[in-house]
Amino acid sequence: MPKKRTARPQANGASATAARSKPQLPKGLKAADLVDYYTRMVQARSLDERIWALNRQGKVPIAASSQGHEAAQLGSLLAAEKDGNCFLFPYYRDLALKVAAGLTPVQVMMSFMGKAGDPYSNGRQFPLQGADLPHKIIQISNVVAAGLTQAVGYALACRMSGDDTVVLVYFGDGATSQGETHEAMNFAAVQKLPVIFICENNRYAISTPQSSQMVLEEVASRAAAYGFPGFTVDGMDMIHCYEATREAITHARSQGPVLLEMMVERFMSHTTDDDDRRYRPEGEVERARERDPVITLGQTLLEIGILTQKKVDAIATEALRLTDEATDIADASSPPAESTLHDSVYGP
Amino acid sequence: MAVKSVIEAVREAIREEMVRDPKVFVMGEDVGIRGGVFMATQGMIEEFGAERIIDTPLAEASIMGIALGAAFRGLRPIPEVQFSDFVWPSINQLIGEAARVCYGTNGVLQVPMVIRIPYGGGIRGGLFHSQNVETHFFHTPGLKVVAPSTPYDAKGLLKSAIRDNNPVVFLEHKKTYRLVRGEVPDQDYTLPIGKADVKRIGSKITVVSYGLTLHYCLEAAEELSAEGVDVEVVDLRTLTPLDTETVLESVKKTGKLAIVHEDNITGGVGAEIAALVADQAFEYLDGPITRICGPDVPTMPFAQTLEDAYMPTADKIAAGLRKLAAY
Repeated sequence: MPKKRTARPQANGASATAARSKPQLPKGLKAADLVDYYTRMVQARSLDERIWALNRQGKVPIAASSQGHEAAQLGSLLAAEKDGNCFLFPYYRDLALKVAAGLTPVQVMMSFMGKAGDPYSNGRQFPLQGADLPHKIIQISNVVAAGLTQAVGYALACRMSGDDTVVLVYFGDGATSQGETHEAMNFAAVQKLPVIFICENNRYAISTPQSSQMVLEEVASRAAAYGFPGFTVDGMDMIHCYEATREAITHARSQGPVLLEMMVERFMSHTTDDDDRRYRPEGEVERARERDPVITLGQTLLEIGILTQKKVDAIATEALRLTDEATDIADASSPPAESTLHDSVYGP
Repeated sequence: MAVKSVIEAVREAIREEMVRDPKVFVMGEDVGIRGGVFMATQGMIEEFGAERIIDTPLAEASIMGIALGAAFRGLRPIPEVQFSDFVWPSINQLIGEAARVCYGTNGVLQVPMVIRIPYGGGIRGGLFHSQNVETHFFHTPGLKVVAPSTPYDAKGLLKSAIRDNNPVVFLEHKKTYRLVRGEVPDQDYTLPIGKADVKRIGSKITVVSYGLTLHYCLEAAEELSAEGVDVEVVDLRTLTPLDTETVLESVKKTGKLAIVHEDNITGGVGAEIAALVADQAFEYLDGPITRICGPDVPTMPFAQTLEDAYMPTADKIAAGLRKLAAY
């Protein structure tokens, strides 16, 4: 078992990029991969910002933003995609992950506006919740940690069916207080299942800070209780998250579960219905935004020399154009027909 | 045909379906080496191995959640809840999640899972080994709920449940396991989920029941028959989907309805059937819809006197039917 390793973001707020001396192309990646993922991240951020605005216009009933979590979500997604045989069980704050996994901006906007053709549930569920099997994603509910045991069951079934899929299951720090988190980790450990538990730790369970949720400094340290490795990684650095997940996939497939705690920042309130000014110290979000994962990745790619400022600008312009277009198409499209209310209560 | 007990019928159904379909597997507490506390999976770990007969940690929420996740991958899990009383830690995964999966994914995902639950009292089980839990599942769209009363029905319905693509809560009354015996065909057969069975044909009163109390209803019907009152006994067998047609047809014939169950009377299956008949067969009734059910106390108590006081027995049912017959 690998030795527990921690690499927390630096307390002085210095960016992880700055801490990386001489950035190089990470193992297993081509320059085109990073440009592709930077483009996806910019698109996800653009949609995320628009969705929030559309909520204020009364066109999107509810949204949970992933702003500040993008590096963790896309870094792990990149590793999963490169591996080619992973299945994902995200949670409700994984907007960027679900967008970047392959949905079109129009599909995303359809889902947020509750229109017919929403790829996850055809307007039955909260946006981007249900199943997107073409992109190997399932997220059934909003009950935190409920997806953990389901993900473990999926991994068990993969093994019983003779395929070597690795399952990545995502959750916030809040979900680590649920009993099912314990049950899922324990069962996965007993059965040595190929599951990567990814905790996107933004240190807030809606309004409740980490200090009121647990006495531990690091969620990753809990892995020791189950006899598998746990690592804390800088969740604001996509390349770091990619590398940690890539190693975790290799470990999970051959030896069993891994817990990855990705230290992230929540830039927005819990959801569009929340106001974080009631409980977050003044200046905290502004300081966190200095380590914005979208900007950090862009800077890294400029430093490595695989992007130019001109290309960066073009990516931003195109993302905005696609967001505008998707907004208009979704806004003009029809909601599900009332006659579909009774469909699919039961399967055939 | 051989005469078998309910538990033997259950065991045969599981075993035969596991042989028939490699996607079927069992998981639960003590189902492997021990063969289940009621021996429903006796001998199976030897036959199918620990990979398909999985002894789990004592943690019901994860038993249900893991089974559900396995169903997403196309397997056909049979999670066993050791006693109905222990289903509550898993209730989010069952009512909150499993029941909503097909609807919440617009039919993309289905849940071919059978949740086997030994339930019910009259066995000196006290508050935490006697519970009737069916109403909670009966109330939940997305679940099917089956509650057989005989070995023949148990085997045929369990096989259908295992082949069904929806989450089926399969309720096995503990007291029937070894007490109730009956003929079971040697060859493969299934019974349709959603079809009631008229266990006794009669003309004066319709009695609707399921599970253990079905047998008490049959005893009571014999008593009344000796008194000249011809009672029809309808065994629901399936609570969801409810066979409203068979119930309504019988009530239209007899004009009188009694509903009998062990579960608490308020808000129970009987209340729904009463509403159904009042709504759709009102003009056929010539007596009050009668419910002979468990009282509204939290499960039957441990002491013999109190347990007896709780249970709807053949005598109590007969008394209720006499009163109804007088109309």
